[in-house]
Amino acid sequence: MTGVLKGYQSWEFRNRPVITGTAAVVGPFEGQGPLADDFDIIHGDNRLGQDSWEKAERTLLEEAAKIAIERAKITKEQVQFYLGGDLLNQLTSSSYAARTLTIPYLGLFGACSTSMESLALAAFLVDHGGAKHALAGTASHNSSAEKQYRYPTEYGSQKPPTAQYTVTGAGAAVVSAEGTGPVITSATIGRVIDMGVKDPFNMGAAMAPAAVDTITAHFRDLQIGPAHYDLIVTGDLAKVGYELANELFKKHGLPMHKTRYQDCGMMIYDYDKQTVQAGASGCACSAVVTYGHLLKKMRAGEIKRMLVVATGALLSPLTVQQGETIPCIAHAVSIERPE
Amino acid sequence: MANQKLKKLTPTQQEYKKLYESREPARPVAMNCLRAFLGGGLVCLAGECIEQMFVHWAGMETKQAAAPTVAVLILLSAALTGLGVYDKFGQWAGAGSAVPVTGFANAMTSAGIEYKSEGLVLGTGNNMFKLAGGVIVFGTVAAFGMGILHIIYDLARGG
Repeated sequence: MTGVLKGYQSWEFRNRPVITGTAAVVGPFEGQGPLADDFDIIHGDNRLGQDSWEKAERTLLEEAAKIAIERAKITKEQVQFYLGGDLLNQLTSSSYAARTLTIPYLGLFGACSTSMESLALAAFLVDHGGAKHALAGTASHNSSAEKQYRYPTEYGSQKPPTAQYTVTGAGAAVVSAEGTGPVITSATIGRVIDMGVKDPFNMGAAMAPAAVDTITAHFRDLQIGPAHYDLIVTGDLAKVGYELANELFKKHGLPMHKTRYQDCGMMIYDYDKQTVQAGASGCACSAVVTYGHLLKKMRAGEIKRMLVVATGALLSPLTVQQGETIPCIAHAVSIERPE
Repeated sequence: MANQKLKKLTPTQQEYKKLYESREPARPVAMNCLRAFLGGGLVCLAGECIEQMFVHWAGMETKQAAAPTVAVLILLSAALTGLGVYDKFGQWAGAGSAVPVTGFANAMTSAGIEYKSEGLVLGTGNNMFKLAGGVIVFGTVAAFGMGILHIIYDLARGG
């Protein structure tokens, strides 16, 4: 056997699948943030010229997929599988993007953790010879997420400081058996953690324990410590969740000071100039930061080994109204720069 | 079963609840109150100006001017919602933007605009009251209750 189960919930990819192409496409608000230079396309129009938010979100995903495939220097006919998901009901954006792409498709839902869920599964497929090239992609749109999960976009409600701003964007990556680029060495699939948080405007607090659980499991399964990585990023905990995660690491005695720990939700917007409360969230948050910003840094040699831990809050507007707590999940993927 | 279990927080969950509640950034209550006062006051000032215009320029009595004033405020709020301004005002002013009639107009217009992509009838028509429907239902219920109390009060006074 090649790829192998490691510990309880991790995979170690012996064949080291390669990320041959990535793309990050974003909306205008993200283009005003500090990572603007790292995105492949910054749209000036929130709607991308489409007649609904949902169509705009789908277009973002289609564009990201197209660019990622081009970067991998292949055609879409050479991609065996497309693994993707998004936040909309029935995975609308991903399924409709798959209709356009005509690549055999597996729809995934892990809320905002979908970016790493799809990347981990794509790596697994490629590592085991199930595909030569697999595409992992995800998207979110601020307005379609607001519409589905909260209020109409133009409704004048006041958001608390714990709220997060859903990223408008899409990220995609092509994982190949051979090629040049950063390699995926292992992945840890998270379990659902529910610490009893009910407030949908405080998802950082809800998700932080899931991130900590998956990171702890990753170190246990692979018998390594934080020092193994020069960067560990969580997906979208934002300010509130990031601080809580740090507290929990301390409590569990994890020496996170031996690495650099950051959160994608705190990197994409400029807190001083943009009103985003605690920070960013959404499927696209970890996707565009990883596929746009972080992998660019890795290719440039600034990062050698990193662990991306995408976090997802598995709530629905229905469960919120029925007074249920928020179950959360996190998936970790370890990416390395080949020697 | 799982649900009943979750309703009661486990000790670990309770401990975490304490932690995250202590780390939650405090809502700027005093600032929010001040902004609500100023924002709401601004809406009322606008209303007062409009009313005076009707009184001075259209020769209406103050009482007569009330209805067209509300109509103008609603129109303004709907226009500002469509221009994407009212939600920003809402984040700044909080209750100051939600409580006046303009907030109600914003709730209806924003829902109407949002569901435009689903068609005029099934989208805008069906969803327009999505946020405001509850206000109308319970407003009517409250008015009915008050009406009953009013009758009882009148009867008790003997007339």
